[in-house]
Amino acid sequence: MTLDDLTVVLPELVLAVFGMSALIWAVFSTGGRRGAALIWLTSAVFVGMAAWIAFATTGEKMAFSNSFVDDSLSRFAKVMILLSASVVLFISRDFLSRERLAKFEFPVLVGFAVLGMMVMVSANDLIVLYLGLELQSLSLYVLAAFHRNSVRSTEAGLKYFVLGALSSGLLLYGASLVYGFAGTTSLPGIAAAMSPEGLAAQSPAGVNKSIGLLFGMAFMIVALAFKVAAAPFHMWTPDVYEGSPTPVTALFSTAPKVAALVLLARLLTTGFGNVVADWQNIIAAVSVLSMFVGAITAIGQTDIKRLMAYSSIAHMGFALMGAAAGTAQGLEAMLLYMAIYLVMNVGTFAFILSMRRRNQPVTDIYALGMFSKQSPVQALSLMLLLFSMAGIVPLLGFVAKLYVFLAAIDGGMVWLAISGGIASVIGAFYYLRIVYVMYFGEQRTPLDNTIPRSGLITLVASAIIVVVGVVNLFSITQWSTVAALALFQ
Amino acid sequence: MIGIEHYLIVAAILFVIGVFGIFLNRKNVIVILMSIELMLLAVNINLVAFSVHLGDLTGQVFTMFVLTVAAAEAAIGLAIIVCFFRSRGSIAVDDVNLMKG
Repeated sequence: MTLDDLTVVLPELVLAVFGMSALIWAVFSTGGRRGAALIWLTSAVFVGMAAWIAFATTGEKMAFSNSFVDDSLSRFAKVMILLSASVVLFISRDFLSRERLAKFEFPVLVGFAVLGMMVMVSANDLIVLYLGLELQSLSLYVLAAFHRNSVRSTEAGLKYFVLGALSSGLLLYGASLVYGFAGTTSLPGIAAAMSPEGLAAQSPAGVNKSIGLLFGMAFMIVALAFKVAAAPFHMWTPDVYEGSPTPVTALFSTAPKVAALVLLARLLTTGFGNVVADWQNIIAAVSVLSMFVGAITAIGQTDIKRLMAYSSIAHMGFALMGAAAGTAQGLEAMLLYMAIYLVMNVGTFAFILSMRRRNQPVTDIYALGMFSKQSPVQALSLMLLLFSMAGIVPLLGFVAKLYVFLAAIDGGMVWLAISGGIASVIGAFYYLRIVYVMYFGEQRTPLDNTIPRSGLITLVASAIIVVVGVVNLFSITQWSTVAALALFQ
Repeated sequence: MIGIEHYLIVAAILFVIGVFGIFLNRKNVIVILMSIELMLLAVNINLVAFSVHLGDLTGQVFTMFVLTVAAAEAAIGLAIIVCFFRSRGSIAVDDVNLMKG
């Protein structure tokens, strides 16, 4: 361990030190509004770090015997993770204060979860990969059960914990097999073992070496599919999303998805890049299943948080379509898809967080009946976001889908792009139903019109982004192209 | 002669018992926690066996990390179970059913 290594992981170190000192400060201070203050502070720190990571470093640096890599892909992912977590904290503060949940542990746990995600996207070694994933998961288990007096929240935490631990076990079993048959835990080392020369070398257990490695790879793919909530490993998602406090649901559906997808892409491209044909079909199958399961099962839902859970399953299917292409173009499409998905999701959750009636949070979509008369600006913004999620033509969500479809077609998977098109048509139904209820639905007891300023800003800003962004995607493509090429050199 | 394949088979059997323990168990959440530990320990057997076979220490280092994280995971799992028990009054698996997934 040298000073050079430490400079590469400096952003992670700063965040870890920040989290720990915030914890100590909050324990020893006695002010009544520590939680709310710390939420603002953490949110600001995230933005500052995102700017720092985006502009301060260039090129590719390795640390700790090549087990940690800081390249353009990890930086792109870190900026997305930090910004989305920051906005989630920004829109959550009001909700948490009203529900008496604005405890100082909340931002600290989010900070540690984000730290875990930053380690995940930089992992170049199975051990680092596992540690980052667990740091993220353990913080998120606690966050799911954060409303500890509520049966629903603790039940969500329990379910998330059990299935998360199961998926960690699968990941580890896969990692142990890969280690045993490749003889190393580093991703480039695994790639070398998977090359034709590597496979010709003597194998340990007398079995065919490539079978052991492929078994390990399949286990790891299944575990990461659990983490991104892709079908058929999605069964925990609706319950956890419904039961967790809404700010935590907003967090679940944004930053951890980016981290797990980028981790998956790095594992498959760097570690298993020599056997693309072997994993391509697994990812494509998971992608198709997620798109259809997400689109079809969401139709019967009336709880907006459950609906967002199925919506995120479907979106993960589309994002995985980019990964399934196995090309730099596909990876870039996936990154763009995730960036656009974050904007739409954060805006929608800014609205969901403000849905209250008689000062109680509501999540029933029929509570929105004739909402457009009550507050036209919010209704219009939400309509634009939902149209964008459905992929309706002039909006940003359509551009995102177009990118992944084109990547799938160029990668030779026309059937995948066609089934994606069909799934997005089916999926449009439930987004449009919310819009229908808002504009033509039956009037119920109206919602309290109490959207906080932070929520309103986020909602309107993301609606403007999905409209204006189609012009040139805010030049984000120049960053994502470089990021995607980091894995294909 | 006991070779690496015997260790791998034991580990695989333990791992499968752990997975089945999670899915087939209908009684108590604590048993699920034990099943999770069983899975992780099966992985450790795998890692140590490979490590000795390959003459490479990385696997044993990995095992140390897995043990540490497993301890943290068990602590968090128990804490969540305590919270759940306080609000629900039971930790039977059949009572974890407020939301139907």
